Amino acid sequence: MRIPWSKIAFYVVVAVIVLYTVFPFYYAILSSLKSGSALFNVDYFPFNASIDNYISVFREQPFGRNILNSVVVAVLTVVASLFLAVTAAYALGRIRFRGRTPLLFTILGVSMFPQVAVLSGMFELIRGLGLYNSLLGLVLSYMIFTLPFTVWVLTTFMRDLPVELEEAAIVDGATPWVIITKVFMPLMGPALVTTGLLAFIAAWNEFLFALTFTLSNEMRTVPVAIALITGASQHELPWGNIMAASVIVTVPLIVLVLIFQRRIVSGLTAGAVKG
Amino acid sequence: MTTASERLGPPGPGRAAAQLGKPEVSDLTRARVRSAWLFLTPMLLILALVAGWPLLRTIWFGFTDATLDNLESYELIGLENYIFLVQDPTWWRAVWNTVWFTLVSVSLETILGMAIALTLNAHFRGRGLMRAAVLIPWAIPTIVSAKMWGWMYHDQFGLINDLLMRIGILSEPLAWTADPDLAMWAVIMVDVWKTTPFMTLLILAGLQMLPQDCYESAKVDGVHPVKVFFKVTLPLIRPALMVAVIFRALDSLRIFDLIYVLTSNSEDTMTMSIYARQQLVDFQDVGFGSAASTLLFLIIATATVIYVTAGRLRLDGGR
Repeated sequence: MRIPWSKIAFYVVVAVIVLYTVFPFYYAILSSLKSGSALFNVDYFPFNASIDNYISVFREQPFGRNILNSVVVAVLTVVASLFLAVTAAYALGRIRFRGRTPLLFTILGVSMFPQVAVLSGMFELIRGLGLYNSLLGLVLSYMIFTLPFTVWVLTTFMRDLPVELEEAAIVDGATPWVIITKVFMPLMGPALVTTGLLAFIAAWNEFLFALTFTLSNEMRTVPVAIALITGASQHELPWGNIMAASVIVTVPLIVLVLIFQRRIVSGLTAGAVKG
Repeated sequence: MTTASERLGPPGPGRAAAQLGKPEVSDLTRARVRSAWLFLTPMLLILALVAGWPLLRTIWFGFTDATLDNLESYELIGLENYIFLVQDPTWWRAVWNTVWFTLVSVSLETILGMAIALTLNAHFRGRGLMRAAVLIPWAIPTIVSAKMWGWMYHDQFGLINDLLMRIGILSEPLAWTADPDLAMWAVIMVDVWKTTPFMTLLILAGLQMLPQDCYESAKVDGVHPVKVFFKVTLPLIRPALMVAVIFRALDSLRIFDLIYVLTSNSEDTMTMSIYARQQLVDFQDVGFGSAASTLLFLIIATATVIYVTAGRLRLDGGR
């Protein structure tokens, strides 16, 4: 029998790719389960697992509070941007009016804004509104990257909805508001889940604004909290704790992403490769 | 394209009216346009508040000597900040670092993303599993990736040194993130790992829309697969590839978090964003930092315009 070398080679390539993408996180989990000096020996397979790091990460800083902060900020960001984006997407996707194309391009342009380019103006705004070191301040500032993106993706979804539905609704005398809420919303479920999830991940992961607009440990979101975990001295980072914290905040995201894999892929590619 | 409103022209009861001189149709259209603006207003207001206004204020601050602890009282100092900025070698170092980082990491991501996408595009057992595995780096928060790799790069206890010494490539451990010659490469490797999935997904989406018939005829004609790739696949997915590249490049040009966490404010890896934030927050110099932010914005905007024009990109997907 002939040995199918090309097939074997192909599966070797697949194995290498999977190892490359998965191994670093596997190693983080491994490290998070080591306690004491075991951390300083490199191991490739688990043994003597201990959850000490998972306990101490909550004991040594308000990490539970940080997680709560991140959840609150991300959920509020998603709700606010979806609410604003759905109506805007209807206008941009289904109604032809003067200035629509420039508007779409402005929105696309804003989504490409470097965050640091607005940093000092945003700082002044947040402080002027009395939102410095508060979660609402973060939600407001996150609109700069979630809003353009949700509007853009939802517009592409809206545009592809069947026109007959809308015609029938108009004939029945439905106002645009009724068309959105009663006719289109039921069809928008998948699109809302996709964009909502992507906005959630973006808000959950954001670092620069969270670092700059919060001051106290209690107001920090997870990425800032993890980045600022320090040990007894600056050169002795508690790597075990850092890895435990990393695993805690990453596992839910990975589960979400794997569950909604197809939707996320379609959301990421919507608008980018269509057409 | 035909939008809803075009096709919505004279349907149903409007049709009779349309023949009489179309008063009802234009009423309908006018009402729809009015509600369009009504629906857009809240979103536009928020966008103006969190994007337009801060951008204008940042540009304004660039011409002042404002400081972080006192944003209310400042004086206009004209172009002084910019004059200092263009004379600061650290700034130009940061510009060069950013450009170099972007060129190298986006190129590597494109090549690697293409390779993985081509693999995923083949039909084989376990494809779903592989696609899930490939998505994992994308799902991991940037800060977590930076910390994970920072731990693997650790000069004494890191896995990378251990691995390379075990297989005999290294004879002694290296300080990956502290060594000036290595730090940039260390950062690039993490970015490539983290963002290749995005590239892969966009390229894969492009690949899956390709017509199958030209591949079949190429197969019948016995054309070598490598030649098929360069003569058929690459030209066909070029538009999708160009869009993926610009999204990634814009992301890289503004990179902050990954590098800040891995190598802090080190000059070896300092990017424009890190430089501007350091001036603004650490040195409290809002005026100077804003000037740097504004220049960064201009550089990225110019690069985008050049890229989009030169590549004749249609970001709206031909809409």
